[in-house]
Amino acid sequence: MEALVELRGLAKHYGDGATRVDALRGLDLDIHAGRVVGLLGPSGSGKSTLLNLIGAIVEPSAGWMRLDGEVVYDGGWRRTDLRRLRLEKIGFIFQFHNLIPFLSVSENIEVVLDLAGRGRADARARARELLDYLEVGEHAGRRPSQLSGGQAQRVAIARALANRPRIILADEPTAALDSQRAGIVMDLLRKVAAEQRAAVIVVTHDEKIFDRFDEMHVLRDGSLDGGAAGEAMP
Amino acid sequence: MNLALRDIRHRLGRFVLTCVGLALLLGVVLSMIGIYRGLVDDALLLVRAPAADLWVVEAGTLGPFAESSRIPKDARETVARLEGVAEAGVLTFQTAEADHDGRKARLYVVGYEPGRLGGPAAVAEGRPIARAHYEIVVDRRAGIPLGARLRLGSETFTVVGRTAGQVDSGGNPLAYLTLKDAQELQFELDGAAARNQALRGDAGSVNQVNAVVARLAPGASPDRLAEGIRRWKHLGALTQDGQEALLLTSVVQKARRQIGLFTATLLAVSAVVIALIVYTMTMDKMREIATLKLIGAPDRAIVGLIVQQALALGGIGFTLGAALIALAADHFPRRVIILPADTLALGAVVAVVCVAASLMGVRYALRVDPAQALGG
Repeated sequence: MEALVELRGLAKHYGDGATRVDALRGLDLDIHAGRVVGLLGPSGSGKSTLLNLIGAIVEPSAGWMRLDGEVVYDGGWRRTDLRRLRLEKIGFIFQFHNLIPFLSVSENIEVVLDLAGRGRADARARARELLDYLEVGEHAGRRPSQLSGGQAQRVAIARALANRPRIILADEPTAALDSQRAGIVMDLLRKVAAEQRAAVIVVTHDEKIFDRFDEMHVLRDGSLDGGAAGEAMP
Repeated sequence: MNLALRDIRHRLGRFVLTCVGLALLLGVVLSMIGIYRGLVDDALLLVRAPAADLWVVEAGTLGPFAESSRIPKDARETVARLEGVAEAGVLTFQTAEADHDGRKARLYVVGYEPGRLGGPAAVAEGRPIARAHYEIVVDRRAGIPLGARLRLGSETFTVVGRTAGQVDSGGNPLAYLTLKDAQELQFELDGAAARNQALRGDAGSVNQVNAVVARLAPGASPDRLAEGIRRWKHLGALTQDGQEALLLTSVVQKARRQIGLFTATLLAVSAVVIALIVYTMTMDKMREIATLKLIGAPDRAIVGLIVQQALALGGIGFTLGAALIALAADHFPRRVIILPADTLALGAVVAVVCVAASLMGVRYALRVDPAQALGG
């Protein structure tokens, strides 16, 4: 199976000497296409740091990282345009959806396509297609403030999928939702992973969605609990 | 996709209110520049009205505007006979308070000899002075209608003509009298004072003027004639250019510096206000900026969002302010002259100020960590 995220000896520390804090300690991890993976662990275990490293937001201190077949870190960034990398390869889903309040629902998706250089008509058609796919097409002209939490999170998923990324990073995507809506969002993510052959990585504390993961990895003190491969769910 | 425009549309009420506030501020800046232009124009108007090439005044003075000057009226004949002088006239100048229908009007009175150099360049309503006494031409700004009778000193005058836009450097409307009437107004004492002066053996003389103005024949040199008058006629002489320069440096200079300082202060205040507004607008969007960075927006998109909003704020504020002043200019007590060049220059300054003021917001936005978009 094709590994979309490959991490080898990936480490991150902050500070030096007596003030040094090891947030991640030489992590090895492969995440494959079509899988929905949960990253679990107590606060301060390194979940967010790992998400930031895979998202090319924070530079690792050591190790090697390949995303969607491209080595992006090898003791240093192999690309200078990390935002372009994120735009092309990674979709982000946030705890509080983070939709841009001054853009309409449709424009929140179009802006990602616009940044990627897609034409206006093309961007509008793709936004329409995604909103229909996520069953929020009727809200295309509304403002994010006019949506319910579940609807806003669907729009956020649509935005994350806009450029057809192969890697989707979700940070507590169901924390602000009730059980029913959390289940719907996770089912959508499973659908996306299956249909678009994407790797979906979800950082969560939300026990009610554990049964929706293909595999789960527990982080403790910057290391994967239960060995380098983590704890794989059946 | 223009993010700046969409953000403005989203917060339209607040943006419009901010623009209105800025418009008032920039309107005041523009009006200060206009007042200064009006001040200079008014000052020069009085000097330029006789269309003279040479001003002959009391020896050792810089009269008649910067310093007091009194010379005998017959100095006109002396000047008129000089080679190179085409025509000459005599003038008196004084500020006087007129009484019209129980209302006081402050006037700057010019005395001249009808038919000679020095009268009003154009009469907008009515006619020029035609009789030797008791007729007056006043400027419209005095608010005295044609045919009205007004009291000046101990005499009553009839308004036979009205000029347009003729004021002195202090903004007082000009009034034209015959030389004889003006001399009496300026130099003649009332009954008791005249008797006292006569008892002291001082007959006094009312046959004095403040200046002689001369228009030169083609080819004559004003500088050479002025030099000759100073050396041989024991009189002071200034060329038209010299008189204008003197008026600007001695009479208008302080006002220019005062207004210049005030304008610079207002521009600085505008810059601080724009900077604070842009900074606040940027701070309000920190989470959105972090999200945009995280999803891949390049710095130029973030900078564009902030700078375009600052420019829109300045542009709309400036346009509103300029329109407001253009509409209100005629209602100012003093003349306000808005020159297109001044408006354009201020527009350019506002654009520069907007870009500079947005730098603080840009700097802050560029330092925002995209990771801020993650987590609660």
